[in-house]
Amino acid sequence: MKYWRKPLDADTIKVPHGRIYVVKEQCKGCGFCVEYCPKDVLELSQEFNKKGYHSPVAVREEDCVSCGLCELICPDFAIYAELIEEDETTEETPNKTDKTEKAEV
Amino acid sequence: MNKPAAHLETAIVEQDTHPMADLLRMDRMPHIWCSGCGLGTGLTCFIMALKETGIPEDKVAVVSGIGCTGRVAGYLNLDSFHTTHGRGIPFATGLALANPDLRVVVYSGDGDLVAIGGNHFIHSARRNMDLMVVCVNNFTYGMTGGQAGPTTPISAKASTAPYGSYDYPFNIPYLAIASGATYVARWTSLHMRRLKNSMREALPKKGFRVIEIICPCPTAFARKNRLGSGLDLMKHYHDNSIIKHGADPREADIDMNGKVVCGTFLDIERPTFRDFQTENIAKQLGGE
Ligand SMILES: Cc1ncc(C[n+]2csc(CCOP(=O)(O)OP(=O)(O)O)c2C)c(N)n1
Ligand code: SF4
Ligand code: SF4
Ligand code: SF4
Ligand SMILES: [Mg+2]
Repeated sequence: MKYWRKPLDADTIKVPHGRIYVVKEQCKGCGFCVEYCPKDVLELSQEFNKKGYHSPVAVREEDCVSCGLCELICPDFAIYAELIEEDETTEETPNKTDKTEKAEV
Repeated sequence: MNKPAAHLETAIVEQDTHPMADLLRMDRMPHIWCSGCGLGTGLTCFIMALKETGIPEDKVAVVSGIGCTGRVAGYLNLDSFHTTHGRGIPFATGLALANPDLRVVVYSGDGDLVAIGGNHFIHSARRNMDLMVVCVNNFTYGMTGGQAGPTTPISAKASTAPYGSYDYPFNIPYLAIASGATYVARWTSLHMRRLKNSMREALPKKGFRVIEIICPCPTAFARKNRLGSGLDLMKHYHDNSIIKHGADPREADIDMNGKVVCGTFLDIERPTFRDFQTENIAKQLGGE
């Protein structure tokens, strides 16, 4: 999100960043995490796991805001995010996007 | 912006690193639930809610009946028991009465709780027993291959209703409230945070609490009704659910094309079975 004017507290807002971990052999490729990640971080891999499912990969991990939605929606305990660093906001906010609202109905 | 550099490879980790591994029996994973089944999402919400309440793990017991949902008891690394079909509530009643410090949860399916176990459900609600009941409603008997059950919507197809079911289904919030429950909520598997918050709210309460989870069963219910995958059902919930706290439960019937009314229908207090037992009976017997 671009600001048309710099908010007064822009220097103090922190953008969280997450690192994604996948328990590949436990995933059943349902696609819930891919569909509902608010930052479109995930895609299903081309590879198969041992059970024949495509597990997710974090193709845009640098965009992950560690919101935890993928962990909460995964029915197979196969993905989670870890907060790695807090960073200063300049032009982006980690606030709700249309997609997060979509998943929260 | 000094964002971390993009990782070229996604970290693949072992199952025991998962933040919920401590409350799950990881030796039984992967679980038996189908790809796209919503049962695991609800269970994740339950585990997170339990952690957020701070209730010690040895002060919680989870009881299930039989069915795909009934597997929950066997997957939780808590004191848990997998009873016979429909008998989760009577078993849990014994636990709750014998050990008032225990938070007792019955976690089971629509068929288990309101078909074969239906009498236990209504009478336990009537007596306002100290139980939290999580009823996963997938509109069918998932485990046995998709027979029509007490919540199958009119016109929905099932293995025992190949031309569509034609008897009225139970509306679980209405049934629970009419029978005497004191906390009643309904969410779909897509309302993860709201479901988790509801569970966190209901866990420490007293009395008979019912949380219904509308849940995708892609293998039995969706396949018979050509509704697509688990993800298609999640999208369907997104488009067709409305949140209305305090809604009149009579207006929360579920049919094949209508809206799914979600929210907290009721949150009241009235004396529980235990309150009556300790006050009234002791008085009758001349004790304190
Ligand atoms: C006394 C008895 N009758 C019938 C069965 C067969 N049976 C096993 S699971 C089930 C229905 C489960 O439906 P539900 O509670 O909705 O659970 P789901 O599998 O949909 O999660 C039935 C009828 C049984 N195990 N025991
Ligand atoms: S933590 Fe949030 S932003 Fe990061 S991958 Fe998961 S859903 Fe996407
Ligand atoms: S939600 Fe879980 S099971 Fe489904 S694709 Fe993502 S990691 Fe795999
Ligand atoms: S049969 Fe239905 S309820 Fe049972 S595990 Fe498969 S999708 Fe889930
Ligand atoms: Mg069922």
